[in-house]
Amino acid sequence: MALEDSHVRRAAHLARLAVSDDQASGFVDDLSRILDMVDQLQSVDTEGVVPLAHPLDATQRLRADEVTETNQRDNFQRCAPAVEEGLYLVPRVVE
Amino acid sequence: MHDKTVTQLAAALKSGEFSSRELTSHFLQRIEQADGTLNSFITVTAEQALNQADVADQARAAGNAGALAGIPLALKDIFCTHGVKTTCGSKMLDNFIAPYDATVVEKLSAAGTISLGKTNMDEFAMGSSNENSYFGAVKNPWDLSAVPGGSSGGSAAAVAAGLVPAAMGTDTGGSIRQPAAFCGITGLKPTYGRVSRYGIIAYASSLDQAGPMARSAEDCAHLLNVIAGHDVRDSTSVARGVPDYTETLNAPLSGLKIGLPKEYFGDGLDPEVEKAVREAVKVYESLGATVREVSLPHTHYAIPAYYVIAPAEASSNLSRYDGVRFGHRCDAPADLIDLYTRSRAEGFGEEVKRRILIGTHTLSEGFFDAYYTKAQKVRRLIRQDFLDAFEDVDVLMGPASPTPAFDLGAKKDPVSMYLQDIYTIAVNLAGIPGISVPAGFAGGRPIGLQILGTHFAEAQLLNVAHQFQQATDWHLKRPAFAEENA
Repeated sequence: MALEDSHVRRAAHLARLAVSDDQASGFVDDLSRILDMVDQLQSVDTEGVVPLAHPLDATQRLRADEVTETNQRDNFQRCAPAVEEGLYLVPRVVE
Repeated sequence: MHDKTVTQLAAALKSGEFSSRELTSHFLQRIEQADGTLNSFITVTAEQALNQADVADQARAAGNAGALAGIPLALKDIFCTHGVKTTCGSKMLDNFIAPYDATVVEKLSAAGTISLGKTNMDEFAMGSSNENSYFGAVKNPWDLSAVPGGSSGGSAAAVAAGLVPAAMGTDTGGSIRQPAAFCGITGLKPTYGRVSRYGIIAYASSLDQAGPMARSAEDCAHLLNVIAGHDVRDSTSVARGVPDYTETLNAPLSGLKIGLPKEYFGDGLDPEVEKAVREAVKVYESLGATVREVSLPHTHYAIPAYYVIAPAEASSNLSRYDGVRFGHRCDAPADLIDLYTRSRAEGFGEEVKRRILIGTHTLSEGFFDAYYTKAQKVRRLIRQDFLDAFEDVDVLMGPASPTPAFDLGAKKDPVSMYLQDIYTIAVNLAGIPGISVPAGFAGGRPIGLQILGTHFAEAQLLNVAHQFQQATDWHLKRPAFAEENA
């Protein structure tokens, strides 16, 4: 599947990643080469094969619905770029 | 002291030949003298290490020291360490002080080992050469113009240069075994789920696995004894008993059935690497093993499948770096979207951006089934190849990498770099364990023999690797750099 500039811009938008015009053209070249390599998968017959998401074919364990963690807000917010009164600060989103 | 293995150092500490403080000071001094050249550490925690050494010495004096108490180690900078900078090789986390310890770190601390610091790595573990680190490339102590391998290249180089007796790495597509091979040390990737991933910064969650990197299989067995086991904080860790991996190291190999995958000896394999691997297999025959050719027919599709699955998982895992709760934040964001997009653009390096974009694209509407679902189906076929092979043989053997370490800056094209992992990557897709042991040299650069086993066959792999190291001395060779520069 050929990759176009619009695909890279769409992926960058979905990934919330700023990409300049110069960078976008470089990524089109790189990603096209990677997808050319990945396209070899299309030649494998996978009719009836169940996708393998976990290498041990395990399913997610459930635990008892109990509170096990204590509140460590102050501890975790020490590594935040901007906090005030226990809240994370971001640019205004509601006028 | 730096010529001894972990096993020998533990015996010397026990006999009182030297104290842990003396041992720790010796390695810290070597790091200070040599790491300006190698760049194998991102952070050195000298004061904390000496304090831990004193605690270990006191515990020994009181008769409370465990087998590895007082042994200095290093941790790849992907393991969260409480109160210590944990960068994952990225500008994004250059200012991140982890608020908790990874389970592996907790277990190593509880065993009384001492962390000398955090080793350099490819950013977010994405790379095969350690050239993608925000903190600069690591050099290979065997040849300073060569890469040490990636992404655990800092750990591998530090062990090879005798700056630390052992280190922890992680392996998502070969990132323990390939740098171990390039640097002439022993590296074990355990079965997926054997070691907790809690507190290890995630790259590709269904592939990542932590493991030990050391000078010998025996050392790896001691370290795996400490870090293996179920962890309720990691729902992907396996609730299964942990054997004593040192107990079976000396089991005889007579009757061992070795399979050589024919796909691992084809085009692209350096003739000197092939020669070294075949010579190693002859050693096993002399120890009583039998050898036969086997086939892993979907080997060719492992790299394409990996470069769908790993970037897809990475694009999801790396969405947490948004400049809000931790990590790099851009200056004066105009609005929330500007905050996200610019923080991420400034914080991530080129290879990380490439994988986020490829992962996001393959997971997006219209492409998901053609790429992601298809890759997961091929993944099952790859795993089945291994399971079929292990019906007939006990272990598989082959090269860890198609070539010895290549020159720094030699591989500009991402796809050519990706092909370096051709013999390691399928192992992660299948979740089986693998170990690389030193098996020769080409042009002065080490060659690694890779040994693979079925799920949870770590004890057998360590036994098979240890017996090779009892019969050969490749693992005892040291780079001249280890003596000349420290």
